[in-house]
Amino acid sequence: MANVTLRVNGRSQTIDADDPNMPLLYALRDDLGLHGPKFGCGLGQCGACTVMVDGNAVRSCQTSVSQVQGREIITLEGLGSPEQMHKVQAAFVAEQAAQCGYCTNGMIMSATALLAKTPKPTEAQVRQALAGNLCRCGTHVRILRAVMRAASA
Amino acid sequence: MNQMMLGRRQFLKGSGALVVAFAMADALTVEAQTAPQKSLAADAVDSYLVVGRDGKVTLYTGKVDIGTGARVAYRQIVAEELDIPIERIAMVEGDTALCPDQGGTGGSTGIVNGGMQIRQAAASARQALLAMAAKTLNAQPTELVVAEGVVRVRDGHSVAYGELVGDGHFGVKLDPKAPLKDAGQYRYVGQPVQRPDLPAKMTGRHTYVHDFRLANMLHARVVRPVAIGATLAEVDEGSIANIPGARVVRIKDFLAVVAEREWNAVRAAKQLRVRWTGGGGLPGSDRVHAAIRTAEVARNEDLIKQGDSAGALRGSPRRFAATYEWPAQSHASMGPSCAVADYKPDNLTVWSSSQGTHGLRRNLARDLNIPVEQVRVVYMDGSGSYGSNGSDDVAADAVLISRELGRPVRVQWMREDEHGFDPKGPPQLLDLRAALDASGNIAAWETEAWLPENTRNLRSRPMLAFLAAGIPQQVGQSVAQVQGNAYPSYDLPNMTATVHWLKSTPLRPSNLRAPGKPGNVFAVESFIDELAAAANRDPLEFRLAHLKDDFGAGLLKRVAERMNWKSRPSPNRTNGNVLLGRGITYVWYKHMDNRMALGLEVSVERATGKVRVTRVVAAVESGLMINPDAVKNQVEGNIMQAVSRTLLEEVVFDQSGVTSVNWASYPILTFPDAPSIEVELVGSPRDKPLGAGEAASAPVPAAIANAVFDATGARIRRVPLTPSRVRGALVSQRQT
Repeated sequence: MANVTLRVNGRSQTIDADDPNMPLLYALRDDLGLHGPKFGCGLGQCGACTVMVDGNAVRSCQTSVSQVQGREIITLEGLGSPEQMHKVQAAFVAEQAAQCGYCTNGMIMSATALLAKTPKPTEAQVRQALAGNLCRCGTHVRILRAVMRAASA
Repeated sequence: MNQMMLGRRQFLKGSGALVVAFAMADALTVEAQTAPQKSLAADAVDSYLVVGRDGKVTLYTGKVDIGTGARVAYRQIVAEELDIPIERIAMVEGDTALCPDQGGTGGSTGIVNGGMQIRQAAASARQALLAMAAKTLNAQPTELVVAEGVVRVRDGHSVAYGELVGDGHFGVKLDPKAPLKDAGQYRYVGQPVQRPDLPAKMTGRHTYVHDFRLANMLHARVVRPVAIGATLAEVDEGSIANIPGARVVRIKDFLAVVAEREWNAVRAAKQLRVRWTGGGGLPGSDRVHAAIRTAEVARNEDLIKQGDSAGALRGSPRRFAATYEWPAQSHASMGPSCAVADYKPDNLTVWSSSQGTHGLRRNLARDLNIPVEQVRVVYMDGSGSYGSNGSDDVAADAVLISRELGRPVRVQWMREDEHGFDPKGPPQLLDLRAALDASGNIAAWETEAWLPENTRNLRSRPMLAFLAAGIPQQVGQSVAQVQGNAYPSYDLPNMTATVHWLKSTPLRPSNLRAPGKPGNVFAVESFIDELAAAANRDPLEFRLAHLKDDFGAGLLKRVAERMNWKSRPSPNRTNGNVLLGRGITYVWYKHMDNRMALGLEVSVERATGKVRVTRVVAAVESGLMINPDAVKNQVEGNIMQAVSRTLLEEVVFDQSGVTSVNWASYPILTFPDAPSIEVELVGSPRDKPLGAGEAASAPVPAAIANAVFDATGARIRRVPLTPSRVRGALVSQRQT
């Protein structure tokens, strides 16, 4: 049993981790009740679990809780709420850029991290930034449009 | 600890699409409460619609929205027929205790069948409300005017729906003659109303089944055998002794680990030492089509037999034959299947993203000898599935473990479980033969296809958990209408198509999006292109010459115009390191649903064999569209997924089992390789809804193969068109 303190969406919270190697994803979903990040593969291949750590898009299934103690973690919930959406979230709604929406967390987090560093990306840059995010429903065209819309918002 | 969102009203700013504020799923309080007594009969209005005293309407439907946007379309239908503001409508989907059984959701029939049932229910409810209002207002029904859920007479007296029926019953049946609103009066139907679920989904507030938690719930992971059908020889429970709370559940060859914390279940499953024996006996994916050719045939069926194809073939000097192969493919859902089950002595509740909750309920009850009334399956959104993925299987996993331990259990499959054990779209084999006449037209056509049969009056497939646990169950096989479009959608004088229905197929098959049609149309429309090339004719002109249907021909011409199609035969003889090509296809989906033309452009890297689809242009027949933007989203999604299936996807398996168990070994299309897609939805002369979506999967694979042929002169007759396969074809082409 080890206490781990995580700073998530601006709040510090301490959890009991049986295993210091537990991936951050399980702490977020099971201990903190944050369901934005999703389990997709547990292998860092699909991007559904993406969160931001110190402004970088990070795979929370490949990042242990002990690695991110004291770092600034932002999840999908921390970007915005249904009443007050972040501009990337609002752009995804405006473009109706989802089908099942299971992978969308990763798209929005990756796009937000991109726009923070490259506010006016080309479409090719957006495609590259999302290269590690898989979408099975085939909503790629709308997702690209949504990110470009957010960039011009 | 249900974290479902309640009573949220959302006011959105948007552009283009119609934005409305919804009563968000007020009725979706899916706590394991006792369901109220409510009608479930499929022919009773009360089964579908409940009007509250406050005028809010709740729609109960057995159809579910697995990511298609049907959820908003159903509301549009009800708002239209009942004349109520759409934001007043809440919805409950697929809860077997509350919703009528409208059959499973699939085959792009959610609106075509389920939606039209709902329309009839709403129209019948409106008639009933008018009759009640006439009595209350002491007026003739013809004097009544309805707007915004309020019935008025000309003198100004009025009564609201909520006052007429509030919390009570309609007590009437669905009336097939209830007058429907005239299409000219539509306010909601035909509008691109935004989906109500997206704001919560885009902000992490939506509760998927993966997010659902119950008090006192255990997390479980199933430990699957190394070889399919293997026997569990030995489990070393001590091997997980260091993991807090982790323990083994074993029922014959069914093996799972549970823990209070999810991560502990995950690592226990990985760490557990297990010895399996036997199992396997598969042909392997490299040999699968040879195995299918000699597999046991249950029966043969002629899908079409017109003219005398054998005679015409014999009599023609220009005969052609080719064999086409389609691989086994996975649903490959982004989120591995997940379910929560709470087995109690006198009732069982399952939370599931099954596309057929009523069917799952019946199967669980039958297999576990529980009266069906004591089983409730509650639908919750899952990761997109495209037919029958692992969602029913994982429900059975959770039920079995919950029964064993007497506590609520949540099971989520790991990635290798999903890719390894989800029911698969089956491999397909087609032999095609044709002849050209003296003027270069098709004189004869024959299809011979080897496809897994659909067993009659048996359920679709066995549950993995019950197989392993030795629980007797009906074992059937269903892959839906997998024979569809196994012959051309053109008017050919002599045409025969025969299916050899196979008793079984390697790996457990299921209906995977547009079952069978992408594979069949891949063969048929590629072979049409082969014939056009043999006749030295332009592929578009060749198709038009064989198509009498003006509407279908119009679709082909629209696509060609948008692509700036120049008439010439394929292949396009160009040089360079990157070769460019174009392909076009036409299909009348199932020979009765949507007609569709699709053209696309590819680039082929000569050195690597890598094919990129750069642009797709589609013209799709669309009947009455409830929500055109949702239809478009489905068409785009089907095209994109079909590009992925054609270029990349094959379930690789050896003698023991599936070896393509993650996204590295079963890759799908990524953003850098996603084509642009231009979809034109073309109004049909038919005014009823047509399926939205899956038809668009069918014409894609052949269009790609035709474009690759156009670019390179190499004809690829097996999917996927991976770089190594295309490179191999280019190399052997240079050698000949």
